[in-house]
Amino acid sequence: MRLARSVEAIPPSGIRKLFDVVAQMDDVVSLGVGEPDFGTAWRVREAAIYGLERGRTSYTGNSGLLELRQAVAAHLRRRHGLGYEPEGEILISVGVSEALDLAMRALLDPGDEVIVPQPCYVAYQPCVALAGGVPVAVGTTAAEGFVPSAEALRAAIGPRTRAILLNYPGNPTGAVPDEAALRAIAAVAAEHDLVVVSDEIYDRLSYDAPHVAFATLPGMRQRTLLLNGFSKTYGMTGWRVGYAAGPEPLIAAMTKIHQYTALCASRQAQEAAIEALRVPDRDVQAMVDDYDGRRRLFVGGLNRIGLPCHLPQGAFYAFPSIAQTGLSAEAFAERLLLEGRVAVVPGTAFGAGGEGHIRCSYATALPKLEEALDRMERFVQTLPGVVPTVATGVAG
Amino acid sequence: MTDGEGERTRKILRALEADARRTPADLAALVGIGSDEAANIVAGLERRGVIRAYRTVVDWDRVSPDRVVAFIDVSVTPQRDVGFDQVAARIYRHPEVRSVHLVSGGHDLRVVVEGPTIREISAFVGEKLAPIDHVTATNTHFLLKAYKEEHSILVEEPADDDRLAVTP
Repeated sequence: MRLARSVEAIPPSGIRKLFDVVAQMDDVVSLGVGEPDFGTAWRVREAAIYGLERGRTSYTGNSGLLELRQAVAAHLRRRHGLGYEPEGEILISVGVSEALDLAMRALLDPGDEVIVPQPCYVAYQPCVALAGGVPVAVGTTAAEGFVPSAEALRAAIGPRTRAILLNYPGNPTGAVPDEAALRAIAAVAAEHDLVVVSDEIYDRLSYDAPHVAFATLPGMRQRTLLLNGFSKTYGMTGWRVGYAAGPEPLIAAMTKIHQYTALCASRQAQEAAIEALRVPDRDVQAMVDDYDGRRRLFVGGLNRIGLPCHLPQGAFYAFPSIAQTGLSAEAFAERLLLEGRVAVVPGTAFGAGGEGHIRCSYATALPKLEEALDRMERFVQTLPGVVPTVATGVAG
Repeated sequence: MTDGEGERTRKILRALEADARRTPADLAALVGIGSDEAANIVAGLERRGVIRAYRTVVDWDRVSPDRVVAFIDVSVTPQRDVGFDQVAARIYRHPEVRSVHLVSGGHDLRVVVEGPTIREISAFVGEKLAPIDHVTATNTHFLLKAYKEEHSILVEEPADDDRLAVTP
């Protein structure tokens, strides 16, 4: 069967191959999981069950339940001081993934370019390409905190550039730019009249400084599309519910596509999401504190065993360097899996700047993280060129 | 104690309350201090009596299904100057008493007692508890099934991690 060239041109996910190997193996400690190990709170699950019992099984309006949009608006106002109209400026989507797809299709004409700082989430480039756009990678390094400089962004911008796609706190690097770095990016966006699509799904997982929503920067609200959801903060990955908040014309265009393709997000997921926004912040904070502890312990451990790692400031990923082992990221990940029985994702799965790194998720119980560190230590000791770099257990 | 120290101490206590076996290194990582400092904080909390004991949550049904637990509601006439405390003290000193709480509502003290047989608990209530001066009534509820103990659900196996091994 002949398939669309646009689909055939997209390389298979760098994660898929690894997943197939892991699926065949026993006794693997997986640090490859890009989702929380905290399940959905019982009160949230119960709200969905209650909705089902009450027979709430129909479609919702295309934009999503008004009550949920109102709750999202209140949440954005409370957390970031951002004002969005529940009717017109907020769209409930099938996870951030759908919102991202809608945004690209709403913004791009064939050949339009989108700046994508990398390493980045695996879906960004394909999403741009499937919408007919051209992703333009801007590689970043550990030395610059995995945040692109204004110069690097400017160098990548051309006459067809329409948007910048940001994700802070970031997957896979855990990067959180300081406000000055964000303002520098904002200045570039203003200068070249670009839309900023800001995927802030890890916003609650910023450990060392409060999260700065991109739309709160001066002049940015009118050119920013804020994407967020419930997966990471509320342990709701499988529910597939997220939202986009932004200027009315863009939300209207996205809603137009959404009404023909998805129609609406799952009713039960929307009911659950309303309840999730009622979860007291102290419950969320307890989870954040737990990740924070694991972050310090795990990153300290990586440095101790000779895999240099900056202390990531957000999300739940460590992105250590494996360059000194002389192995490529892919070879390292493969051998660590087969010889050390620990699954990690090679940095190359996340695009430019990922070579020489592996992504380790610490969204895993402490004893498993400790077991993983033991196994990784035994494995790296078999490699040349590995010297422990930090003597203490806690880095940063 | 500064606010930061107070919050740090509360974090350590919450972590230990959830899992008493967390090591000083774990606790240190949790609050971003060194292991020795964490160990010192815990030692201080033990010394000051903030940490009273480290215990284990056991599902006794799986090993000794005949063991008996009773919840006893005790009504007391409070006494001048000491209120309920003296009666409570005469109850809580018995080793078979697991807990004693003064509660609001239809009775005064809620006592949890455990023993090897119903007969022994009945004897405890009839011979030790009810005759205490100022105790006016007791109402004993035998435990039939423990669903959840100290935040641990006993009647379900812990859920497996059903996440896919590698996800983006």
